[in-house]
Amino acid sequence: MSGPDGEYAASALRPYVITKGRSRPTRNTVGIEALLIAADPPRELPVSATREERALVRMCERLLSLVEAAAHLELPVSLVKVLASDLVDSGHLNARSSIPQAVLPESQLLQEVLDGLRRLR
Amino acid sequence: MVSVGSADRYLPDTVQQAVKILVVGAFGVGKTTLVGSVSEIEPLRTEEVMTEASVGVDDLAGMHTKTTTTVAMDFGRITLNSRLVLYLFGTPGQRRFWDLWDGLAEGALGVLVIVDTRRLEDSFDVLEQLELRGLPFTVAVNQFPDSESYGADELRCALDLLPDTPVVMCDARERAPSVNALISLVEFVSSTVGAVRARETAS
Repeated sequence: MSGPDGEYAASALRPYVITKGRSRPTRNTVGIEALLIAADPPRELPVSATREERALVRMCERLLSLVEAAAHLELPVSLVKVLASDLVDSGHLNARSSIPQAVLPESQLLQEVLDGLRRLR
Repeated sequence: MVSVGSADRYLPDTVQQAVKILVVGAFGVGKTTLVGSVSEIEPLRTEEVMTEASVGVDDLAGMHTKTTTTVAMDFGRITLNSRLVLYLFGTPGQRRFWDLWDGLAEGALGVLVIVDTRRLEDSFDVLEQLELRGLPFTVAVNQFPDSESYGADELRCALDLLPDTPVVMCDARERAPSVNALISLVEFVSSTVGAVRARETAS
């Protein structure tokens, strides 16, 4: 699925080839902790889709965060953000919400986090 | 930690929202250890290539040489309930690392700063960066077997912390004290958010 270890690490150029020269995603809403899942029913990728895009959609056949998908695929997070953003735009992936930037977390949400952590003790 | 195969790497489909906490500190202070102690998955690692202009003045050829470094970030996960998941990102505190993982700090609930009392000065950079960014944080003192024990007030003074910044003692290798450190942070964030809301209502 992914290349051998360190395939991209030797060169900073390769990620930009995969993203067709872009270093920024088309949307800012896809955080590194965004939860991704492939569209259901699955939508077929265009023949021009890259190996990495195909691998990402396959990785997200069930619910997973963007950063986990990147780690499992051994791809840089910055690259996966660009790919995920495109794939959300094209309807191949769905993203579930994380906290919007510059918004205070709600007290109800914080309480949920506290309750969840206290159960671990 | 029980190792998870690829079949168990996924989240329950009922999960709707992800939140994150940053675990920051100087190199070797126990960030990854703490993340590993509380994570339900084996901590994962992601890497970015960082390009830095090399520092040097005697550049006779007049060329800007650049060096590339691979920088790793370890992270873990706790499914808090059927709809909510928490990610913990262990990252060095310096600004250049945060810029590297674009969006790492945005939307974070807060930051757990791990310090080692044997090398307190290593934490100054990290704390300064957090104060600049206005992110709520709690200091967790990772107690190594050979570290001298200090009182919370002594450390607060040495680290020049604000009076309300929580300081907790912790053994990053153990789950319970690590979870407690996270709870202190979230309680602190809760009280901060409450105070901000009260001020907004009053004005």
